[in-house]
Amino acid sequence: MTLAQIIANLPALVVAIPLLLAPVAALLPYAGLTWALAVAGTGGALFCAVMLMGATAGGKSFSYALGSWPPPWGIEFVVDPVSAFTVLVMAALAFVATLFARTALLAEIAEADAGKAYSAWLLACGGLSGLVMTGDAFNLFVFLEISALSSVILIALGAGKDRRALIAGYNYLVIGAVGATFYVIGVGFIYAVTGSLNMADLAERIPQVPQTTVVMVGFGFMMAGLLVKAAIFPVHVWLPAAYAFAPSAVSALLAAIATKASLYVIARVMFGMFAGVPDLAGFAAEFILVPLALAGIFLGTILAIYENDIKKLLAFSSVAQIGYIALGFGLASTAGLAAGFIHIGNHALIKGGLFLAVGCYAVALGSRVNLGGMAGLGRRMPITTTAFLVCGLSLIGLPLTAGFISKLYLVRALLEADMIAVLLLVMASSALSVVYLWKIVEVLWQKAEGEAAVTEQPALYMPLWIVAIANIWFGIAPAPLVDGAQRAAMYLAGGL
Amino acid sequence: MTVLVENWNYLVVICLMMGGLFIVISQNNLVKKLVGLAIFQTSVFLFYISVGKIAGGTAPILKETGDLLYSNPLPHVLILTAIVVGVATTALGLALVLRINAAFGSIEDDEVLAMKAEDGEPRGRRDDDAEDRT
Repeated sequence: MTLAQIIANLPALVVAIPLLLAPVAALLPYAGLTWALAVAGTGGALFCAVMLMGATAGGKSFSYALGSWPPPWGIEFVVDPVSAFTVLVMAALAFVATLFARTALLAEIAEADAGKAYSAWLLACGGLSGLVMTGDAFNLFVFLEISALSSVILIALGAGKDRRALIAGYNYLVIGAVGATFYVIGVGFIYAVTGSLNMADLAERIPQVPQTTVVMVGFGFMMAGLLVKAAIFPVHVWLPAAYAFAPSAVSALLAAIATKASLYVIARVMFGMFAGVPDLAGFAAEFILVPLALAGIFLGTILAIYENDIKKLLAFSSVAQIGYIALGFGLASTAGLAAGFIHIGNHALIKGGLFLAVGCYAVALGSRVNLGGMAGLGRRMPITTTAFLVCGLSLIGLPLTAGFISKLYLVRALLEADMIAVLLLVMASSALSVVYLWKIVEVLWQKAEGEAAVTEQPALYMPLWIVAIANIWFGIAPAPLVDGAQRAAMYLAGGL
Repeated sequence: MTVLVENWNYLVVICLMMGGLFIVISQNNLVKKLVGLAIFQTSVFLFYISVGKIAGGTAPILKETGDLLYSNPLPHVLILTAIVVGVATTALGLALVLRINAAFGSIEDDEVLAMKAEDGEPRGRRDDDAEDRT
C-alpha cells in the first residue's frame, strides 16, 4: 500500500483503527498488552485526525465513499473543516485519557476485566469518531448506539468501587436508547418525504419538498433525541450519575469527548441538513436552544455549588459548560458557531483535565473522593493540585487560560447579536462558578489531622500536566484552536 | 374516519410507541422498563416498514417485463440494522439488571433507589473497604 493510498483512506481509518483493535483487545491475556493496544488505537486515530486537519486547510472538503459506493446511494464519510476540527479535539483528548488509564483504570477495576474494558474503550472512541465523520443520517444512529452501549459498559465498570455505577449505567442505557430511537423516528419522517438519507443530499432536497408538518415533526424528533445525547438541560439527567460513578479514567474520557460529538451533530443537523429551511432551524435555535442553554448554565452551576461529591460536582459543572456551547450554537450566527466550537475544544481540555486530576486523587486515596476526604490534599499532592488549579482557573475563564478565550468569543458573539440580557446572565453564571471552585480550593488547603503522606505517580500526573499545559498554551496562543473553530463555523454558516 | 381505517398500520405504530414509552417511564420494575423499551423500538421498526411498503408491490427484482411495481427495500434493510442494535441494547440492559440484582438484591426501581440514597451517606462499611484495600 502506497502512502497516497493510505492518505486517501484516512477518513475511514480514523474510525476503523479503534473499531478493529477493539475485539483484539478483548482477546489478549495481559492487562499491559491490552493497554498498549488501546494506546496504539487511539494514537493511530490521533495521527489520522492530525493528517485530516492538514488536508482540510484552507476550507477544503472531501468525501470518502465506503465500499466505493458513490453517495448519495452509499454511505459517505465527510471530511470538512467542521468534522476535521471536532475529530481532532476528540482524538487528542482520547489519547491522553488512554495514557492516564494505564494506572488509573487498573486501580479501580479487576485486572481480569482489563481486556474487555479496553475493548469497550476503543469501541467508544471509534463510535464517537464515526459519529463525527459520517455523512449519512442513518449511519449516524448506528454510531450513536455503538458509542452509547460501549459507554454504558465503561460506566458500569465503576461497580467494583461503588455499586451505584450499575444504576447509573442502566439509566444511561435506557435514556440513551429512548433518545437514539427518537432520532431514528425523525430520520424516518424525513426519509418518507425526501427519499434520501445522505446529509448533503438531504440539505438539497428538504427545501424542495412541501414544508408540511411531516418535515417539522421529523426535525423535532431528531433534535429531541440529539438533545438527550448531548445532555442539554432538561434531558441531562443521565449525565451526573454516569460521570460520578464511572471509573476515574472513564469519567475523564467521557467528560472530554462524549457529549462533544453529539453537540457537533446538533450543529450539523440544524445548520447543515436543515440549512435550506432557515425558519425551522432559526426557530429551534432561538426558542429552544438558547433558553435551554441558559437554564442549563444556571441549574448546573447552582447544583454544583451545593454538591459535595467532587465528581458529581464536576459533572453538574459539565451540564453548565455544555450550556455555553449550546448557547453559542443557538445564536445561529458565524460568531456564535465559532464560539461554540472554540468551547468544544476548550471545555474538552478543561473538564478532561479536572477529571484527570480527580482521578489522581482517587487513585492516591484508594477510594471515592468527596470534599471531606480532600482536606489537605493541596499540601500532600502539590503536583496534581497545581494542575487541578490551572484547569480550574481555566474553567472560570481567567485571562491567560483557554477558558478565557471561550468566554471572550462567546461575549463577542452575544454583543454582535445584541443580546445584552443574555450577556449579563453569562457573566453572572461565570461569577457563580467561582463559588464552587473556591469551595474545592478551600478544602484542598484545609488543615488535615495527621494524614499519612501520599505518593504522586508520574504515570498519573504526566497526562494531567499535558492537558494543564495545553490549557495555558491555548490561553496564551489560541490561534490554532480559534482558527480551526472559525473555519468550521464559516464552513457551516455558508448554509445559514 | 376512512383516513384512520386506511392507515390502520400507523395507528398500530402510534399505540405501540406511546404504550412502550409509557411503560419505560411508569414501570417500577427494571426488567419491565426494558420490555417497554423493546416495544417502543419495535414500533419504530413497524413505522419504517410501513413507509417502505407499497400495496401490491413485489420484491425489487429486475424482470424483462418493463414496469414493475415494487416496494422500496431500503427501509427494510435499515430496520435489519436497527433490530440488531435493539437486540444489543436489550441484552446489555438485561445483563445490567442481573448485576443490579446481585448487588442490591432487588430489581424494583424504588427499592434500589432507596438503597442507592443510603450509599450516599458516609457509612462505616465503606470506609473499612477503603482501608482494606490500602
